[in-house]
Amino acid sequence: MHDAFDSAIRGDLSSARFEPGPTEDKLILSMGPQHPSTHGVLRIMLELEGEYILRAEPILGYIHRMHEWMAEQKTYLQFIPNMGRVDYLHAMAWNWAYAGAVERLAGIEVPERAEYIRVAVTELNRISSHLVWWGAYLLDLGAFTPILYAFDDREQILDILQSATGSRLTYSYITIGGVYDDVPDDFRERCIEFVNRLRSRLPMYRDLVTDNVILRGRCEGIGVLPVDMARRYGATGPVLRGSGVASDVRRCEPYGVYDRFEFRVPTYPEGDAMARYKVRLDELEASCDIVEQVVSSLPEGPVTAKVSRVFKPPKGEACMAVEGARGKILVHVRSDGGLKPYRVKLRAPGFSNMSLFSELAQGVLLADAVSILGSLDLVIPEIDR
Amino acid sequence: MKRIKKAFTGLKSLAVGLGVTGRAFYAKNVTVIYPKEEVDNLASYRGHVELVGKEDAPDVPKCVACGSCAKACPSNAFTILCPVPPKEGEAASDPPVMGPAPQRGAKTPSKFILDFSLCSLCGQCVKTCPTKGLRFSNDPYLVSFTREDLKLDLLARLHSQAANSQPVPVPDTESVDK
Repeated sequence: MHDAFDSAIRGDLSSARFEPGPTEDKLILSMGPQHPSTHGVLRIMLELEGEYILRAEPILGYIHRMHEWMAEQKTYLQFIPNMGRVDYLHAMAWNWAYAGAVERLAGIEVPERAEYIRVAVTELNRISSHLVWWGAYLLDLGAFTPILYAFDDREQILDILQSATGSRLTYSYITIGGVYDDVPDDFRERCIEFVNRLRSRLPMYRDLVTDNVILRGRCEGIGVLPVDMARRYGATGPVLRGSGVASDVRRCEPYGVYDRFEFRVPTYPEGDAMARYKVRLDELEASCDIVEQVVSSLPEGPVTAKVSRVFKPPKGEACMAVEGARGKILVHVRSDGGLKPYRVKLRAPGFSNMSLFSELAQGVLLADAVSILGSLDLVIPEIDR
Repeated sequence: MKRIKKAFTGLKSLAVGLGVTGRAFYAKNVTVIYPKEEVDNLASYRGHVELVGKEDAPDVPKCVACGSCAKACPSNAFTILCPVPPKEGEAASDPPVMGPAPQRGAKTPSKFILDFSLCSLCGQCVKTCPTKGLRFSNDPYLVSFTREDLKLDLLARLHSQAANSQPVPVPDTESVDK
């Protein structure tokens, strides 16, 4: 019986390095489902001693869709819809990173109104991404109700984004040279209304979840990430800010018109799951502030620069870093002067953040590993690309 | 003492949580029960593309069969066919041989098929169209059991739209029941 189970679980290449142990309590466990229809799940091989984790190894590649290779097969404009599929929760940031890199490559000047709209939609999208994370994380920890509240608020954002972009998840809205279409006339009112609504909901979030003793017990002091380890693994975004480093691409190397807005870069020095949680909740407020400033100072003008239908950037290379909901997104485009990119490199923040998991999960309880994994906010399609 | 304090904070958390969820229990229902109700914000939804008719003749498409939408499409979802002009010295065949747009002498498409099973709704075709002859429909309720049903004949759609001057959902319920 034991042997059959062992051979079934250790039957593939990635788990072959996990040997049955010398003690009775040692257990090899494959955590997380894997099936082609379950897009976006992570498989982790675990070596357990009782309920404690000795070794954890994430196994990747199940939804590798060759986005970088696809870029070499398509023209610059045809690759835009791919970006929304890389990270479906913060599609706008990826969209912007690619469009921005190509704009730098071709020297395209983006109209001011387009830059403002880009900031507004990206921040709205960031709020929706954090809300999904918030709901899903608490679902991982066993609380069901919060995800319903989070999705209620997220629906309002998706309605606003649908009125501007036409779709609710994969936008292809930020195009090379600007944005696809102008925002509707009531965009400003709807954004202000939403920002006020979310601000009135955040105290409820705090009462219901953040101050809850069960959540605190599950998060405080769990998965403590020292700053130097975060640096060595290349962690970015809320994971790094949860270790006390005030590093935000929007602040460190401002792109677009981010330097014109005032916003807070929240940091917490503790480095545990609770710190990462608090950073994200504070970012909801920071994003609300940015959205409010953008829509109240939205300039008039065209929303897209003139880009020829047969788009051929000059020979050369360019890259663009954008602060996504999960960290630093970087797109590097190289052109050989032809219709198609010679090479597009996508740097996914989730990959570096996930690499931390093996390190953080060593020696913790299995249930705490779930909490650590959730606090890293992984989007698997982005990691595999 | 510590234990009593812990129990007290736990009870307080419980009371606060129950208060929040209890208020939500009496709040207005926000879920749209889909098959029985429908959402009301479809005017801004970007569904599959459709042809735009001319202002003076709504059943004639603005399309000039240049083929730029087919070229711009990342997933080759368009099949636009026009009659191929006969080669020199050859008589025109009947029915004419069809070839992909653009064809010399053809100013309107004879067939305009969108394979919606390939489309990712990115809108590159609408953006690239030189005559503004394509627009988004706002019909999200496309259901089908076969891929063939999703090959939408946009010319037929335009004709039926011009005849009824109301959007007709494609495919209709009969083809779904098959």
